[in-house]
Amino acid sequence: MQLLANPVLNQIVWTLIKFAGFVLVFVLGLATVLTWTERKFSALMQNRLGPNRANFGKIRAGGLLHMLADPIKMLTKEAFTPDTPNPWMFTLAPLVAFVPALVIFAVIPFGPGENMMIATTDLGILFIFALSSLNVYGTVMGSWASNNKWSLMGGLRISAQMISYEVAVGLSLCGVFMIYNSTDLQSIVVEQGRQTFLGLPAWGILTQPLAFILYLTCAIAENKRAPFDTAEAESELTAGYWTEYSAMGWAVLALVEFVEIILIGCVGATLFLGGWNIPGVHGDTPGLVMLQIGAFVVKVIFLILVQMTIRWTLPRFRYDQVMRLGWRIMLPAALLNLLVTGVVLAFIDR
Amino acid sequence: MSMELILFYVLGGGALAFAAAMLLPNVGRNPIHSALSLVGTLFCLAGLYALLSAHLLSALQIIVYAGAVMVLFTFVIMLLNLQPDEIQPVRLTTLKVAAGIIGLFVFGKLITAITLAAGGAQSVDLTPHSAAIGGATWEGGFNGYGTIREVGRMLYTTFLVPFELVSVLLLVAAVGAVVLAKRSLHYIDAPTPPPAKLNRLANKPEAAATHDDHGHH
Repeated sequence: MQLLANPVLNQIVWTLIKFAGFVLVFVLGLATVLTWTERKFSALMQNRLGPNRANFGKIRAGGLLHMLADPIKMLTKEAFTPDTPNPWMFTLAPLVAFVPALVIFAVIPFGPGENMMIATTDLGILFIFALSSLNVYGTVMGSWASNNKWSLMGGLRISAQMISYEVAVGLSLCGVFMIYNSTDLQSIVVEQGRQTFLGLPAWGILTQPLAFILYLTCAIAENKRAPFDTAEAESELTAGYWTEYSAMGWAVLALVEFVEIILIGCVGATLFLGGWNIPGVHGDTPGLVMLQIGAFVVKVIFLILVQMTIRWTLPRFRYDQVMRLGWRIMLPAALLNLLVTGVVLAFIDR
Repeated sequence: MSMELILFYVLGGGALAFAAAMLLPNVGRNPIHSALSLVGTLFCLAGLYALLSAHLLSALQIIVYAGAVMVLFTFVIMLLNLQPDEIQPVRLTTLKVAAGIIGLFVFGKLITAITLAAGGAQSVDLTPHSAAIGGATWEGGFNGYGTIREVGRMLYTTFLVPFELVSVLLLVAAVGAVVLAKRSLHYIDAPTPPPAKLNRLANKPEAAATHDDHGHH
């Protein structure tokens, strides 16, 4: 659609509009809601009530008002900076972790058509790999600059864990490119809309079931959430890499975790659950487009709830167990998946 | 000034600034600052590759160098946790002199190549395989230059032998690293413990004291 006469300016304005709608409203909005969902969900699973005290007079809205109370608390608390030779690095670290996490959403197709993603690039999934490998720097910088041994141990664990699981994530997704013959996420989604035998859609979870399990496991490990939260490990390291963080610095680091949960949901839904596809629904009338965007959101929320269930079901693994799982189980399984996919594709006619 | 030129100056200037920051005395004193400056340089270079339409190369630059190699560097630096007084002053060794000479030689070759190329693309053909890349020519430009599909096709057709040789080289390097690392593992089995200096993360009285003075919030 043409908003401005100059094509370059027009593109910039449209990109900003899409960024505002998808990233600032959907992702950050959902991340804020997740701060409430996380606590309500854990309460549900532990047979408690969960947060319910924030109120306007008699209105409590099931604890939803905590979403408003938390930022006020975080903004008015003391932003403590420890005695460190690198105070600027300590302050900068949460932002370094936050920015790549938000930029990744640029290549996620949230609806049908070329315009329904922020940046059209043939890199697609490689862009996601490139940027998600960067947000470890924020946490590592923060843990280093904290000048605290617990933080440092947490930072060491994150960097080792990230590197180990990144290999498995990358290899587990390679099978998906091979099947759909593209790295562009939008064309992968379009390919998944086709029907295969028995009228089933060619969703990634049906064509690459092992890759889906490997991706979800390794992505949770990269997001350093339970059962892989050895970098935080409050029983061993107090609070690990964010021991020294308080107020908004801490809040931003915590929000990065929620943004990554949404990212795992978006990438998982796009590659394995057919993205915005609804089986049997084809067409590009405005109503159908809205329906398909809605389907994408539902799939993302489903994967977020799966992650929350895992997080509140499994206890934390020991650090050596996490590393052994990464290198001795996840990596060989991803390689095996790649080999089987390659052999099968070599023998069937596409 | 076109958009590309502006981006080129920003990225090129950034790469130089980060590279210079790596060597500055007050930054270079702390290894982790140097490592982070190097990440900045690599990032700017990735941007320059993207400007040259080498999309795959720019993504790989970030994934491999910024995302994996430099994370390992910071990991090792943090693990050793050297204090400023433990870092040796810079000394001129034969190896460093030799490295400097080789560096100057490569720099000179680069200058020669650039001057030749500036004289006109006809005088020196910098793209000897251009005819092999899908039969396309540079004048008309062709779709897909630098994309994953084209680079992959080239790697598995035109450059298959060098590609496989390089992967064998990397395998040799990986096996060699494991052999070297395993050799020092006899410390663990030996009855006598390793030299006490190995455990650098153990108590450092002065650092702990300054931290405790301020207490926790």
